[in-house]
Amino acid sequence: MTGRAERIGLLALPGLSFLAIIYALPLFMLLLKSFQIDGQFSVAEYVTFFSDEYNLNVLWRTLRVALLTTGLALIIAYPTAIIMARVKGFWLSVFLVAMVLPMSVGVVVKAFAWTILFRTRGVLNDTLMSLGITEAPIRMLFTETALVIGAANVFLPFMVLPIYAVLRQMDSRLPEAAASLGATPVFRFMNVTLPLSLPGVVAGSAFTFSLAVSMYVIPSLIVGERQQTLSMLTARSFLYLRNEALGATISSILLVIAISVVLGSSWLANRLGARQ
Amino acid sequence: MTGTDRLALSLSWIIALGCVFFLMLPIVITLAASFTSSAVYTLPPPEWSLRWYQSLERRLGLWDAVALSLNLAVVSTMISLVLGTLAAIAVARGRFQGREAIATFTVSPLMMPGLVVGVALLQFFREIGLRDAYWSLLLGHIVITLPFVMRTLLASMAAFDFSLVDAARTLGLSYPRAILQVLVPNLAPAYLTGGLFAFLASMDNYPISIFLTDARNKTLPIKMLQYLEEQPDPSLAAISSGLILLACIVLIIGSRTVGLNRMIQG
Repeated sequence: MTGRAERIGLLALPGLSFLAIIYALPLFMLLLKSFQIDGQFSVAEYVTFFSDEYNLNVLWRTLRVALLTTGLALIIAYPTAIIMARVKGFWLSVFLVAMVLPMSVGVVVKAFAWTILFRTRGVLNDTLMSLGITEAPIRMLFTETALVIGAANVFLPFMVLPIYAVLRQMDSRLPEAAASLGATPVFRFMNVTLPLSLPGVVAGSAFTFSLAVSMYVIPSLIVGERQQTLSMLTARSFLYLRNEALGATISSILLVIAISVVLGSSWLANRLGARQ
Repeated sequence: MTGTDRLALSLSWIIALGCVFFLMLPIVITLAASFTSSAVYTLPPPEWSLRWYQSLERRLGLWDAVALSLNLAVVSTMISLVLGTLAAIAVARGRFQGREAIATFTVSPLMMPGLVVGVALLQFFREIGLRDAYWSLLLGHIVITLPFVMRTLLASMAAFDFSLVDAARTLGLSYPRAILQVLVPNLAPAYLTGGLFAFLASMDNYPISIFLTDARNKTLPIKMLQYLEEQPDPSLAAISSGLILLACIVLIIGSRTVGLNRMIQG
């Protein structure tokens, strides 16, 4: 029996070798390449990158947009997940369809739809003007606000669903028990519901942040070339500028950010899990 | 229920309904914009018309892109289902160190920046001398689809009763046949949801594919963004509506066979 159980492990080999060769190895080589100039170890590319004010601006903009997107998504997602965990039947179906359908539609279609909405003579401006809120059309496309709204829209399901999953598993008698012991609603939320939902919040935020920090299609459609992000700078270095050294450096920075978010969030989720 | 309770609850309901509206907005806008008679995006359309759907017929390059995208999505999902099944059995049944690490590693491409994976693959394929765009794209798309398949299969196999496979073997089936005839049908929901999400992720992928295409092999999202730069007429909304229809079909299949709640659990 032990022999077979060990041999069963070999079944992982085809998939693992595939990912090792066609995913991990290329990423490792990319990272390695960013520390090399003419075959010699060097951090010169990083020094060049970080000493250029324009690049620092792009880095800061990328992080800021990702943080704002995560924050906006969390503000909308948390109450939504609370309601979803309470409802059943028809309303639950409405919420689930609203999550899963946009997730299935894909980012190119959604980013494109937001450009229609934000156009100078677009739906939003026409609505605002006909309601008499503004006189002249507001410039919305090509602004950071538009980017954050569009990005939060695309990544919202990835924030709602982990929080919903945690809240749905929570024993609904816990807040009731707290209430019967005389806990006020605020105390109940702060000391029962919120701590129990934190692992979902951490998972959702980590996922949303790492998607938002590396998004490409949404900013290139909504803000365009004028306000670069790290992803756009990477694509430009490779596809147009043919400056692969710069591209490898920026890719590696993006990779390090993504890996830190993944490791950091799983560490945090473990600690939160252990405390309960 | 106290007053604070009721206030918090109604506020949550308002945000939750707003969230549903916000999520559905891009889909509704795209559908509405695709039926316009005008050459620009004005909403509501001055008159309803199918002209942009009719204009799709003449775009030959577009249909090549649709065919390539469908081909890549189907083939990469199939390969991922096979690789994923083997790996998930190993994680669920194997007795060796590092099973957790394998599970995390196989799902990790979901959290990695797609663009970075694309850049890495571009350089790697050049290094090993792989010049064929179709094969590059296919290998890249397996990296995209495999984590979706692994995520659902890992979750479902953890709950699967493997003594059923052992029972089938006692009754004379070989191990591979027992897996095919007992495990696979039992995990049909996981195959369906994992496969459907993998298929859609491959259909939609831009950031990895953009580095692996050549002039002749362009996938649908790449073609769409190219059209958007060259001639941003509402025919793009018509293509998008086709993709929305595809997503609706997938969703209906999924909810009929597996149920919506199980679809998102994976």
